[in-house]
Amino acid sequence: MTEQDIPSAYVRDKRTPPPSREELRARIPGWGADLDPADRPSYPKLQYPADAGAHWDFPDRQPGSQGRERSIEHAFVTPAFGTAQPLHGLSGAIRRFAYQRFSEGRNAHWLLLIVGDRVDAWGAHLRSFATLHPDNPVTETGVLSEFTASGTERSGRSDRRHQVIDPLLVAGPWVAGAGAAFLGVRRAVRAVRG
Amino acid sequence: MRAMTYRGPYKLRVEEKDKPRIEHPNDAIVKVQLAAICGSDLHLYHGLMPDTRVGHTFGHEFIGVVDEVGPTVQNLQVGDRVMVPFNIFCGSCWFCARGLFSNCHNVNPNATAVGGIYGYSHTTGGYDGGQAEYVRVPFADVGPVKIPDWMHDEDAVLLTDAAATGYFGAQLGEIAEGDTVVVLGAGPVGLIAAQSSWLMGAGRVIVIDHLPERLEKARTMAHAETLDYDEYDDIVVEMKKQTDFLGADVVIEAVGAEADGNFLQHVAGAKLKLQGGSPVALNWAIDGVRKGGTVSVVGAYGPIPNAVKFGDALNKGLTLRMNQTPVKRQWPRMFEHVRNGHLTPRAMVTHRFPLEDISEAYHVFSAKLDGCIKPLIVPGAS
Repeated sequence: MTEQDIPSAYVRDKRTPPPSREELRARIPGWGADLDPADRPSYPKLQYPADAGAHWDFPDRQPGSQGRERSIEHAFVTPAFGTAQPLHGLSGAIRRFAYQRFSEGRNAHWLLLIVGDRVDAWGAHLRSFATLHPDNPVTETGVLSEFTASGTERSGRSDRRHQVIDPLLVAGPWVAGAGAAFLGVRRAVRAVRG
Repeated sequence: MRAMTYRGPYKLRVEEKDKPRIEHPNDAIVKVQLAAICGSDLHLYHGLMPDTRVGHTFGHEFIGVVDEVGPTVQNLQVGDRVMVPFNIFCGSCWFCARGLFSNCHNVNPNATAVGGIYGYSHTTGGYDGGQAEYVRVPFADVGPVKIPDWMHDEDAVLLTDAAATGYFGAQLGEIAEGDTVVVLGAGPVGLIAAQSSWLMGAGRVIVIDHLPERLEKARTMAHAETLDYDEYDDIVVEMKKQTDFLGADVVIEAVGAEADGNFLQHVAGAKLKLQGGSPVALNWAIDGVRKGGTVSVVGAYGPIPNAVKFGDALNKGLTLRMNQTPVKRQWPRMFEHVRNGHLTPRAMVTHRFPLEDISEAYHVFSAKLDGCIKPLIVPGAS
């Protein structure tokens, strides 16, 4: 390697200067339009006062906050909040415990919320079988699009490396559930038969 | 009304829900005309985001018509066509007063570490989202903006998040004239980040992904050089070679928590949930940027810890910059760029699905079938 071949990282300056402004402007639409940081909307990071159109110092409080779960890092339930899917049942108890007992800084807070999510999903699946609209893993996963959107023949699809594990993760709990149900029924039948 | 509803990981359906109602005096109800699925919606769909409840309606990218307004709303009227930033924000808290609209403290009782987001679990406030016929829009005087007459609806819906986030990501990179910028991820955010890097004076823009149609889009739409990481044994080494062993001056991480590229990280994080996602792209960014360089992170991550190479970031003297995008702050300047053709969000749209077919839409987008880059959802279409 001659001295001229030594890469930029090992010498004072980049060996290849960037293209000229004229060249870049000719090639790239709008090149340099925001070259001045002052033209960049998020510069500087803090802009005080930022006028967003609020015509209050503190917002009106949304009714119905009593009993609403909140992070214990908040002083109170915020003036506006979502009311979708309020806590209910066992999953609700798990989630409420996570909110009441652990701050956001504790892993237990988030892991309990994940547990609550899985309990919620399983409970919903089981309850759906008692309705006229039971969960349907074929339609609800959209897996039929594998046939309509060239899924089976596509080589560049993003999930090909871990395709093997996907059916296990999606179908596994259903198979395990069916197995558990079968064993439970068999045990019950044997108990009845004595 | 008809609305997408979550049924558990990888499962969702469209069902009848009650139409949302005014719950706060500054609420509006918006009839959704066009929505989109964001790459970050896939984190919810795959069960990665804590406190994602069965029955939740996703969707934080949407435009529509004001159907009803609360008693204190002054800036909007019924019938106005509006684009709604994905952030829910009050406009008056300590953070909003300083322009940090994505970090509002008055809208999300469930967490202080993240602001309010439409249809993005209860961790971001428990608001149903816009992949539905109607959506509740809190602080209607603060967030929504009337869609300019000249603006195409598909540009408008992409400006509510993906395009604004790409533009914001380039700003976070603090690009100086002539800088070499590497963008990780050629999805909608990465493509706009690449376009925006040029606006801020980049001398060279390299986009890295592994999906051919996305790399092609990066070349044609964003005038970028591209690298397919599948073609290299170690993409970080290639990044060093491409930059004369310096590393990139700026790396923009536009992938987030479900990065591919490392089987073990992906399966451990995105599949088995043993960590809060798969930080492959973030680690590539830390390794691939030059010492003293800047890593801009706009890929979405949740609150559960990840195995990030923080020691390398320290030892290289990096500047790490990141945030959820304060969308509305970007708009006046972005509107100019869209109007004069410097930014072309709608060029990324590849698919348009009726709301009733949203299960298929999520699967196609998740598996990247059929060359899908950006899918839109059209309520009421058949």
